[in-house]
Amino acid sequence: MDYSELLAEAKDALFLNKMRTGLATLGIIIGISAVITLVSLGQSGQKSVETQIQSLGSNLLTVMPGAQSSGGIRGAGGAQTTSLTYEDAKALQVNSNIVGIKNVSPEIAQRSQLTAGGNNTNVQVQGVTNSYFPVHSLNIQTGNSITDQDVVAARKIAVLGPQVVTDLFGEGATPVGQTVRINKEAFTVVGITEEKGGSGFQNQDNMIFIPLTTAQKIVFGVDYISSIAIETTSKDNMTDVQNQVGYYLLSRHKLSDPTQADFSILSQQDIIGAATQVTGIFTTLLAGIAAISLLVGGIGIMNIMLVTVIERTREIGLRKALGAKKKTVIAQFLAEAIILTGVGGILGLMFGILLSFIITKLINLPFVISLYSIVLAFGVSAGIGVLFGWYPARQASNLSPIEALRYE
Amino acid sequence: MIQVTHLSKIYKNDSVETVAINDISFSIKKGEFVSIMGPSGSGKSTLMHILGGLDIPTKGKYTLDGQDVEKLTDDELAEIRNKKIGFVFQAFNLLPRTTAIKNVMLPMVYGGVPKEERFEKAKKFLEMVGLGDRLEHTSNQLSGGQMQRVAIARALVMDPAIILADEPTGNIASTQAAEIMAIFQNLHKKGHTIIMITHEHDIARHAKRIITMKDGRII
Ligand SMILES: Nc1ncnc2c1ncn2[C@@H]1O[C@H](COP(=O)(O)OP(=O)(O)OP(=O)(O)O)[C@@H](O)[C@H]1O
Ligand SMILES: [Mg+2]
Repeated sequence: MDYSELLAEAKDALFLNKMRTGLATLGIIIGISAVITLVSLGQSGQKSVETQIQSLGSNLLTVMPGAQSSGGIRGAGGAQTTSLTYEDAKALQVNSNIVGIKNVSPEIAQRSQLTAGGNNTNVQVQGVTNSYFPVHSLNIQTGNSITDQDVVAARKIAVLGPQVVTDLFGEGATPVGQTVRINKEAFTVVGITEEKGGSGFQNQDNMIFIPLTTAQKIVFGVDYISSIAIETTSKDNMTDVQNQVGYYLLSRHKLSDPTQADFSILSQQDIIGAATQVTGIFTTLLAGIAAISLLVGGIGIMNIMLVTVIERTREIGLRKALGAKKKTVIAQFLAEAIILTGVGGILGLMFGILLSFIITKLINLPFVISLYSIVLAFGVSAGIGVLFGWYPARQASNLSPIEALRYE
Repeated sequence: MIQVTHLSKIYKNDSVETVAINDISFSIKKGEFVSIMGPSGSGKSTLMHILGGLDIPTKGKYTLDGQDVEKLTDDELAEIRNKKIGFVFQAFNLLPRTTAIKNVMLPMVYGGVPKEERFEKAKKFLEMVGLGDRLEHTSNQLSGGQMQRVAIARALVMDPAIILADEPTGNIASTQAAEIMAIFQNLHKKGHTIIMITHEHDIARHAKRIITMKDGRII
């Protein structure tokens, strides 16, 4: 009996037991696609958080107004404090002589209604200086950036994020030279930033950037700033710079006791640390769910294979009675199990990838598929399918034909 | 040439021992046509299974054409079941949900008969047992008598030297039973060894020799 005959017999048997074949295939499809989808979602979530943190800029220290809390991270609902000024930022950049500071970006941010033509959108208005763009590694796609002169003269000009452009002017528009209004004040658009593809908090695609001074005097009517971002020259000196900036600002604010500080400094390590902890829990959770679905799928496959053992044992008895050799019978059943898990596996693979793709697109996450999830899902499901197709066949083929035919 | 000496088959289930065959000895020469008769439960089928190499005796010796069957390997025994012995089961034992023609082709799949020849051969034997119009009927679409005739066609398709038939006409009406017996007579004339279990004296008459069993013994 050659391979083509073996496959033909196996194929016949699969078609004859449509119900069993269908259910086993379904079990494999569900097991594999669940694992692939869950792992994919976990990883795309992780990747999304990573890109967002990276999009904040590298080697970044953030000075925030308000008292230092024990964990170093202030509650978001804390009262607006007014302790930081544009002068603090300028002093840090020019006078402090702290080695390791590369760039200082004072920022003021607030959400506001934005209109152009008949359209309006609610966006984050960022009052910034020219430093903002290099510090946060944000490039200008079209037009110009905000210059130092714009800040000095408090010009009413604006740089838009691509999402804002789409919302106000339509997809693909280049509204450089046109006017947008923030609280009735007209701003001339001078540039558009490149797309960063972020989502959620701090989505730079959905921001409008205006000169810091304009934001303070004309839009918000305040003289303080919301934060100062400091880019250091390297990752290694961040702690050092963080300490020096702390002492410098303390003395500028005429404070002697560090516990009395009216500002706090957050390093990017703090943020990454917190975020990694969160995404780590998230990924472990999803991996757990994936493992459970793999187990459930595996038990499903096993059950279906074992439920038909009586009928199959009799079939093996008959085939042996008619002259099938032991290894031929086992080979046929093995071929059957391999076809079953192979077809189910490939369908499950395609279904899982498709499902991950659709879900990540729907919730706007990057689409990530990892080889290890495919190998793991396929390996475990196929392994169980083949094992429970082969093992009962082997047991049955060790019985005498009459014992197998009488089996119940 | 079939020879059994002091053959016994004892089933042990939990604490109950059933002696199905109790120390029997006999021999059947090549080309003989033998009927086995006896009441229900007397061990006829059990004996037939052992003769067909489908089951193993608890005690005693069985030699087939001079070979001690006990000493044969699993594969050698499979080869003998495929080529030398045609077995008609009392319960037919067709492959479920499978067509008559495929059932009859199955021994040829394992017997190395070239693919192209199988269909025609199977068809010929099904026609011989009067089922030429039922080739594509699956097992569950056949009557008891039809299933029995498919089982007979399957037993004969490899042209085996020994035919072991366990009540081959048990479910078949008398006219068709006569046709089946004619087939057996014909095979007997050609030199095949035929051993047939039956309850009916009319059928047993076709054989030259009748072995009667009772309580696992030959009487
Ligand atoms: N697997 C088994 N376990 C226990 N006892 C068995 C087993 N198979 C058969 N027997 C017993 O062996 C005895 C002989 O059974 P066998 O099937 O050979 O009878 P038979 O002569 O063919 O009967 P019938 O004419 O009804 O077909 C019976 O008493 C039966 O109960
Ligand atoms: Mg019987």
